[in-house]
Amino acid sequence: MSLELKGIEKKIGEETHIYTTDLKFEKNTINVLLGSTLAGKTTLMQIMAGLDKPTKGEIWFNDQNVTGVKVQKRNVSMVYQQFINYPNFTVKENIASPLKITGIDNQEIDQRVSKVADLLKLTPMLDKKPNELSGGQQQRTALARALVKDSDLILLDEPLANLDFKLREELREELPKLFKDRDCIVVYATTEPSDALLIGGYTATLLEGKVIQHGKTLEVYNKPNNLDSAKVFSDPPMNIANINKKGEICSLLADNVTWKTNLNLRDGNYKVGIRPHNITTYKEGKNSIEISGKVLISELSGSESMIHFTNGDLNWVSLSEGIHQKDVGEETKLFMNSDEFLYFDNNDRLVGNV
Amino acid sequence: MNKTVNQKAWFFVIPVFVLVAFNAIIPLMTVVNYAFQETFGNNQFMWEGTRWFKQILVSERFHAALGRQVLFTLIILVIQIPLGIFIALNMPKEGIGVPICLVLMSMPLLIPWNVVGAMWNIFALPDIGFLGHSLNAMGFDYNFTQQSGDAWFTTILMDVWHWTSLVVLLSYAGLRSIQPAYYQAAEIDGATRWAVFRHIELPKMKKVLTIAILLRFMDSFMIYTEPFVLTGGGPGNATAFLSIDLVKMALGQFDLGPAAAMSLIYFFIVLTVCWVFYNLMMRNESKS
Repeated sequence: MSLELKGIEKKIGEETHIYTTDLKFEKNTINVLLGSTLAGKTTLMQIMAGLDKPTKGEIWFNDQNVTGVKVQKRNVSMVYQQFINYPNFTVKENIASPLKITGIDNQEIDQRVSKVADLLKLTPMLDKKPNELSGGQQQRTALARALVKDSDLILLDEPLANLDFKLREELREELPKLFKDRDCIVVYATTEPSDALLIGGYTATLLEGKVIQHGKTLEVYNKPNNLDSAKVFSDPPMNIANINKKGEICSLLADNVTWKTNLNLRDGNYKVGIRPHNITTYKEGKNSIEISGKVLISELSGSESMIHFTNGDLNWVSLSEGIHQKDVGEETKLFMNSDEFLYFDNNDRLVGNV
Repeated sequence: MNKTVNQKAWFFVIPVFVLVAFNAIIPLMTVVNYAFQETFGNNQFMWEGTRWFKQILVSERFHAALGRQVLFTLIILVIQIPLGIFIALNMPKEGIGVPICLVLMSMPLLIPWNVVGAMWNIFALPDIGFLGHSLNAMGFDYNFTQQSGDAWFTTILMDVWHWTSLVVLLSYAGLRSIQPAYYQAAEIDGATRWAVFRHIELPKMKKVLTIAILLRFMDSFMIYTEPFVLTGGGPGNATAFLSIDLVKMALGQFDLGPAAAMSLIYFFIVLTVCWVFYNLMMRNESKS
């Protein structure tokens, strides 16, 4: 089983929503579409589902061309950002709704509904209406509707975006388990890099209607093809600084911070991408580099401190574990872990990571 | 923290209180006053107790008017609510058609009620009116000033023309607030058009439809101006709905006592029906 997009393109009027895209998703995989709002995730999913037709290109499923085949004819289910359930059906009827038209007998429907309800912890609410449930339970119901059908393709369009933080964390941890032993392809769209990392599988990074990179999630994270892919896959945003390399020595153009590198690169100017968690208030890694800056904002969350600071003419973001109180305007010293630096050339292509 | 007591806020309520007193409470109390007394010239009053109420409740004239009123309102609701929903479902959802349809739909609502009556009166005249003349030319024996069936037909047609737009606009607003994802989900489930209407659109429109039905019930149950101008309640008493009958009694015959009692009964019916209906519709909503 595989889903393949061959040269898909989507235009609405003169506006291009999806630029020519080739993607292949394999059987039993979870695939994350990662990109900001309007990157084209939803459009791409609707094309995969058959809810929308591509302007150009073909969709192949199990080595069959399914371009233009209607959604009802494909075995697809979809979960949306909004909690979509039939408002006057009970949870039980809602979960059973995709099965009703398939002609399966009632006894089996009941069996499958109770199995899925159990999996999603909905058993106590089976007789309630959706508007009597919390947001989390409503979305669980929608997920149950998607799972009950044994679809070949399950599309999840930012399913956690409308949930509050705690429910999101809870459901996010359950999701990979739900799909683990299923004979299907799961596509999960999100704006959150942390979702992609937690869900694992494969990730495609999207920017403005273009797929920038597609591969195993950790590979995409650790070795972004280019600066855009790295930016999409970094939250808080990645720090990007211009550097000059001369022999073994790299130096920030904006400040006199220097470090040694054994990268095999020609001398010249490069860009370095540093993820916020690689700039910390404490030393980390063997090749830690000191950087000084003036604190702009310091945000504390339960177990992390995010410190925004300026160095040279750049605003930097750092993310350290633990609580580190800094005053606004304070001169501070932080440490960059140069082992984790990503080097890009002037065309924004990745040229090296140590 | 200590809370300070400050009663000055009551001053802000005074204007509302005065306004409501003059436009609702005092007139209503005057009616209550009339309803329990016999009125003579020179502002002389005589206590009658509940006599007028008893008289009205057993009066054949009141029963007949109430019967006409209930029938009229039922016909209006049965025609206008489904028709309004049907038109709203078929209105364009994007493009230049949207504003055009919305403006066209709002037009009848913007015309003063007595003008609507006058317009339809002329429109339906059997000799010179477009509608009346055309019907007669087609071979129908149509004359709304003489035949009660024709008078009803014309009154209902006029009300449908005047007020269906309200149901359309409310339903359209309700339909537009349904997220596209609902339709997609139904498409994935392979739901039929009827199932989409029955299980998505109708439940999602429930609140606006409740409002639409309430408004149409109240307005049609209290209808006065349009039939007064169109038929004057005639021929005979054929289209003398409650309020027309009431005005005849109060201002035509100067039976102020019975008319006041009838007003209160009338008011009570409207209030009760609205209350019961609203609570029935909202019963399930309040649980959540």
